[in-house]
Amino acid sequence: MMRQAEITGNPMSDAPAVNTRGYLTRRRAVFVIAMLGIVLVLACVVALALGSEYVAPNEILVGLWAKLTGAASPLSPEHEVITFGLRLPRIALALGVGATLALAGAAFQALLRNPLADPYVLGVSGGAALGSIVALMFFSQVAFARPLLGFAGAVAATFVIYLFGRREDDPARLILAGVITATFLSSIIAVLTSVAENVKLRNITYWLLGDLSSGNTQGIVFIAVATLIGAVVLVTQARALNLMMVGERDAFALGVETARVRWLVFITASLLTGAAVSAGGAIGYVGLTVPHLVRLASGADNRLVIPASSLAGALLVLIADTIARTAFAPRELPTGAITALIGAPVFVYLLLKSR
Amino acid sequence: MLELSDISFSYEREVLSGITLEVRAGEVVALLGPNGAGKSTLMGIASGMLKARRGEAIFDGQAITSLARREVARHVALVAQAGEVRFPLTALEYVLAGRFAHANVLGFDSPQDVRVAMVSLEATDAAQFAARRFNELSSGERQRVVLARALAQEPKLLLLDEPTASLDIAHQVDLLRLVRRLAGERQMGALFVTHEINLAAEFADRVALIKGGRLLACGDTPEVMTAELLSELFETPLLVDAHPQSGRPRVTFARTP
Repeated sequence: MMRQAEITGNPMSDAPAVNTRGYLTRRRAVFVIAMLGIVLVLACVVALALGSEYVAPNEILVGLWAKLTGAASPLSPEHEVITFGLRLPRIALALGVGATLALAGAAFQALLRNPLADPYVLGVSGGAALGSIVALMFFSQVAFARPLLGFAGAVAATFVIYLFGRREDDPARLILAGVITATFLSSIIAVLTSVAENVKLRNITYWLLGDLSSGNTQGIVFIAVATLIGAVVLVTQARALNLMMVGERDAFALGVETARVRWLVFITASLLTGAAVSAGGAIGYVGLTVPHLVRLASGADNRLVIPASSLAGALLVLIADTIARTAFAPRELPTGAITALIGAPVFVYLLLKSR
Repeated sequence: MLELSDISFSYEREVLSGITLEVRAGEVVALLGPNGAGKSTLMGIASGMLKARRGEAIFDGQAITSLARREVARHVALVAQAGEVRFPLTALEYVLAGRFAHANVLGFDSPQDVRVAMVSLEATDAAQFAARRFNELSSGERQRVVLARALAQEPKLLLLDEPTASLDIAHQVDLLRLVRRLAGERQMGALFVTHEINLAAEFADRVALIKGGRLLACGDTPEVMTAELLSELFETPLLVDAHPQSGRPRVTFARTP
């Protein structure tokens, strides 16, 4: 039966006890973000140390300090090149790619109201890959053609997915549409690459599985900017996305300008995917696994899920890439294969649970 | 407070034509009609979700479709059947969504927002679910959480689209009693669609009967809820007598010979 709690103009009276586990407090958000940040920094140091040549972490820290203060490097020239010339750019690229993919995944999931959504599974990465390959083949002289066409491909694929999956109540149907889109795109890529005589395309299959070895300054700057813009836009929309996640109708009734949020977030998620794929190839399942794990650990509020996913995504790809380059060193595995090995079982688990 | 004037709406065929209806402050109005009569469409227009082909939904003197959504949501709350939520949101987080239009777009929920949400949950007898996952609640429990979310909006006008559909009789009566009480205490207007004719008879000040997209009758409950009009509305013989305690109309089906 109803209790005699009054809904009055003054809710200060008779304030009921609140279980702080029932909602996201600033304290919990700050704690989770800080912990992830610390773990990420530690992981970076470990990743700098590991490889075919081991460089002790204390040596790395001293070297970093010297770099920051402008002093002469205490590292041997060999170690200097290995850590800061080879490993650091690759690590930076891994962080950027991981952050962007996880952000894109969290955004797609909230918008499509589907925890199975992921840029790779939905075929958005495929669209970006096709765009990047077209840029490589036909516009290799044009500056920024690769990220721009990657972005255009991601937007086009997103649009197709949105038409398919928005109104459907069955989460598996959206995924089916995504799989079909992805297969279709990859067959176009296969045709393009097999008719091409371009030397640049020799390693295309390797790149398609995700390859972070080509970390150059321009690529790193580009993805850092994309990450920053994407994170800022999505964090400002996090509250609206909390409502969209429940339903567009509900969100509209509760005060969200749904059409505006929808397009803003879709464009942002496509930009993030395009940036990630053009920089590091189609690394799969990061956008699926990471937001899911974040939600398991700390709830579904996007005000935490979005920033925490960017950090956790960076961490996951960094770990995957470190495994990829060290497990069978000096032989390297594609980073995307490692993330898929982790992500595909998580996907199956989520699919079974959603039924 | 809410004026619907000469509303017409069509998808492929005409769904509503020439509906005029008013909800005043402190008044509870019920919308009755057979399936497919256009009741939910009318609620969509009243809440600004749908735009009428002709006519306008006017809230406090302004066309509702001309207002920003945040502005609308601070005054008008819509309660419909809860959809499936596929994310691990708690009931309290679900209700806090009702504070969206009142709070800053950035930042976390203020103590005031949390307090309003908890008081709203208490009002619908759902405070004990606050920290539980919304999608683990039964449909009746969910419906009470959905109503709490609407109350957290602190609306002047409550639009309820079959709010009692998945509730047991005790909670059906509780819900409408609460709506009735809020209408009195806060001078809140309420418009509700229901198939529970007797709940309408007991709790509505006025009743509007809609059939085939047209207004069949509208007026004070005892005047409109007659055997003749209701039988015509639902195209089945119905009997109306008086509730033994309240004296309000009481409707039951007639036995066919």
